[in-house]
Amino acid sequence: MRNYDKLIFELSKPGRKAYMLPPMDVEDVALDSLIPGEFINEEDLQLPELTEVDVIRHYTNLSNKNYGVDTGFYPLGSCTMKYNPKINEDTARYDGFANIHPLQSADCIQGSLQLLHELEQSLCEIAGMDRMTLQPAAGAHGELTGIMIIKAYHEKNGESHRNKIIVPDSAHGTNPATAGMAGYKIVEIKSTKDGLVDLDALRAAVGDDTAGLMLTNPNTLGIFDKGIKEIASIVHEAGGLLYYDGANANAIMGHARPGDMGFDVVHFNLHKTFSTPHGGGGPGSGPVGVKKRLIEFLPVPMVEKNEDGYYFDYDYPNSIGKVKDFYGHFGILVRAYTYILTLGGDGLKRASEMAVLNANYICSQLKDYYHLPIDTIYKHEFVLGGLKDTLSEVSTLDIAKRLLDLGYHPPTVYFPLIINQAIMIEPTETESKETLDEFIQAMIQISKEAASDPEMVKSAPHNTIVRRPNEVKAARDIIVKYEG
Amino acid sequence: MHPYIANTPEDIQEMLKAIGLESVDQLFDDIPKDVHLNREIDLPNAKSELEVTNYLKELADKNCSLSKLTSFLGAGAYDHYIPSIINHIISRSEYYTSYTPYQPEISQGTLQYIFEFQTLIANLTGMDSANASLYDGGTAIVEAALMAAAYSRKDEIIISRSVKPDARKILQTYAHVQNLKVIEVDVKDGVTDVEALEGLVNDNTAAVIVQSPNFFGIIEDLKTIGEVAHRGKKTTFVAAVDPISLGILKKPGDLGVDVVVGEGQALGIPVSFGGPYLGFMAVKNDYIRKIPGRIVGQTEDLDGKRSFVLTLTAREQHIRREKATSNICSNQGLNALAATIYMVTLGKEGLREVALQSTKKAHYAYEQMIKSGKFKPMFDKPFFKEFAITSDLKPADINAVLREEMIIGGYDLGLEYPEFEGGVLYAVTEKRTKDEIDKLTSVLEGI
Repeated sequence: MRNYDKLIFELSKPGRKAYMLPPMDVEDVALDSLIPGEFINEEDLQLPELTEVDVIRHYTNLSNKNYGVDTGFYPLGSCTMKYNPKINEDTARYDGFANIHPLQSADCIQGSLQLLHELEQSLCEIAGMDRMTLQPAAGAHGELTGIMIIKAYHEKNGESHRNKIIVPDSAHGTNPATAGMAGYKIVEIKSTKDGLVDLDALRAAVGDDTAGLMLTNPNTLGIFDKGIKEIASIVHEAGGLLYYDGANANAIMGHARPGDMGFDVVHFNLHKTFSTPHGGGGPGSGPVGVKKRLIEFLPVPMVEKNEDGYYFDYDYPNSIGKVKDFYGHFGILVRAYTYILTLGGDGLKRASEMAVLNANYICSQLKDYYHLPIDTIYKHEFVLGGLKDTLSEVSTLDIAKRLLDLGYHPPTVYFPLIINQAIMIEPTETESKETLDEFIQAMIQISKEAASDPEMVKSAPHNTIVRRPNEVKAARDIIVKYEG
Repeated sequence: MHPYIANTPEDIQEMLKAIGLESVDQLFDDIPKDVHLNREIDLPNAKSELEVTNYLKELADKNCSLSKLTSFLGAGAYDHYIPSIINHIISRSEYYTSYTPYQPEISQGTLQYIFEFQTLIANLTGMDSANASLYDGGTAIVEAALMAAAYSRKDEIIISRSVKPDARKILQTYAHVQNLKVIEVDVKDGVTDVEALEGLVNDNTAAVIVQSPNFFGIIEDLKTIGEVAHRGKKTTFVAAVDPISLGILKKPGDLGVDVVVGEGQALGIPVSFGGPYLGFMAVKNDYIRKIPGRIVGQTEDLDGKRSFVLTLTAREQHIRREKATSNICSNQGLNALAATIYMVTLGKEGLREVALQSTKKAHYAYEQMIKSGKFKPMFDKPFFKEFAITSDLKPADINAVLREEMIIGGYDLGLEYPEFEGGVLYAVTEKRTKDEIDKLTSVLEGI
């Protein structure tokens, strides 16, 4: 295949046009008779001139340089790269959803409000929470919203001195970043050798200054923390609240609910568990659920229903306020609700079961070839610690790059930070046994190549369109726009 | 069996055997009994595609689509023309089913379009560089405020009341937890009161934030405001802009603005009941290492080929954890692609034409509306595609009459600005025709 290497700007030719507007049908007066000349830009715009075919072909060629879930297996741990159903894309584009202005009057938006109301109720049932805001734009934004709710709760109780958030050392980077952004100090506690929260360390860490604990369960190692009830009571007894990072919720739907584990605040990543596309880095959606005693702090507006129909309720005097323009990523919410309706309660439970089965199956087939730091029953993902042969010069990065040659998107690497040479594998439920078996064979092949021809693995990838772009150079000689 | 779940009963048995278990339930034995959900989730069972689409069509049909009505509603979400090719390209699943481009070898498509997006935004705003996107225009304003506070190590944020109300509310929410002090500058004749601003800027000022065209559609005097803002020591001048307006208005980068943010929805993204939209941020060189979110940089691969990678990642949450410049992770990747296609499709002439037609049609509507004297201009200042009108009628009553004529009226300013009660903000894009505008004004005259 031809190696396409143009930037859109390099295709531009003066005089070309990819658009056409209807002729102006009002009087064509001079612009400077409407707007004073001092505000008007007299220079040409620095935009390219192309035909429609140029644009289509360019972005089609670029798309061929990408790898998506529809291309192949994408076992990126913690990211839940499950299949993105096509029906979701259709429903979000329905005229009656896509072409609704957010500020239309209540009688014009009953369908949207009903969808938001039903989605909220469904997510509350799945999470075991009492109410949920659908406003947050992504997981990290949900975390921030949730931590702000925790802060508002302590402030209302006259406990503003609670200025610390506890996070385990296995946490996602967004957890400490969020707590920092919300004005908290972070206390990191170490995990036990089994990858769980160290209860003694937690007991030592909590106190009168504890605002809360942020936890992912199953955690980033893919292990369900069986001490969760004890963890919850330690934090609650100290006066803190529990925050659930829902990044790993795909493991437990229909089997356990954060609300029943003792969590007070929960976020879900709809772009993980509820099949909405990752879009090459968003838009996502990160709804946040709370227990009854925290409802008053939710961001406004919430959707309510009375005899006249559905409406936006702004009457939350203790609300943390607004966190997002309008009401959240509605188009993503439509996709997630479509998915929930399609799978139903039974399908969601089955999805979690098969996600867990798939992860444990791969783990069982790879542990003879790769180092498995913790040998246990995993949930939806598991973490290897590089090759079984610990003396090998072949690193996790090399293994990841060699997987590219073999046609796979590599797993998450070097995370969680507490596992040396971490390779975090999350297959999801939408992959078949045949796909898993082929991936397993590829992983085994690489482990053998690492012994027989380590140089070849270390210099991988060999057949990708680019090979190990130089990140150090990118950060040193900063080029972040096209200069011509 | 479900269409999205592949394992057959036979597969399941083989896999369980390989793991050394007998039943799927055993995979969940590690969940303690007292937290195990000992009932089924209380949701309806799985439904077929036909059942789901029938139900959701029913919901969608309860809404009143802009495609069946004529809209003069804006106030932060705009009904501009969306070229058909955008939906075709963003529907390519190589784009929309991919993750954040952590593996550059198989993500050059995403990385390159983000690089192109950054270039287009930087060029349009007249800035040195731009990031890969933020959630929306409102949170982009807030991220700019937080960046300015971190940059200057100061804690006072001055924001004009002519900045859209949602953004000011989000800023209050964030400022509270960061212990930042937000000071709002009043509006005078529909624009930021520069004299009042002069009295507020001092050495504690981290940022001065304005919007232009502002919430009332009026073009702010960025040059003068910037001069006042820069009387503060290390004060960052932030301007939120409508990117469509940059088809005709001077580049903020040429007017002394340090950080340009904005809402990119108008760049080919449907109004979609408020989201997902597209926040953007462009900065002068001084700020590049403080900017929130992803940035793509150009580099070379092992064979010296031009290639693209995520860069300056030491600012970000996955590396810096609690010291990150922001916690943002997922942003608006696919919508940045939509905006990129929009900008290159409209191109050098098209963006100007969209801006010109919107301006001229808005001014035509304005002139027609105020002609008889029944409706009066709320402000007397140069505006872009939106303007405020007042009368003796209640905005809700006006809109109810318009609605019967299949017209969506303007935004009721009294909802957020008690001082402008009775005012209605009308938006006119290039999509509105003379006939539609004439119908609006004749219905208004008849009320």
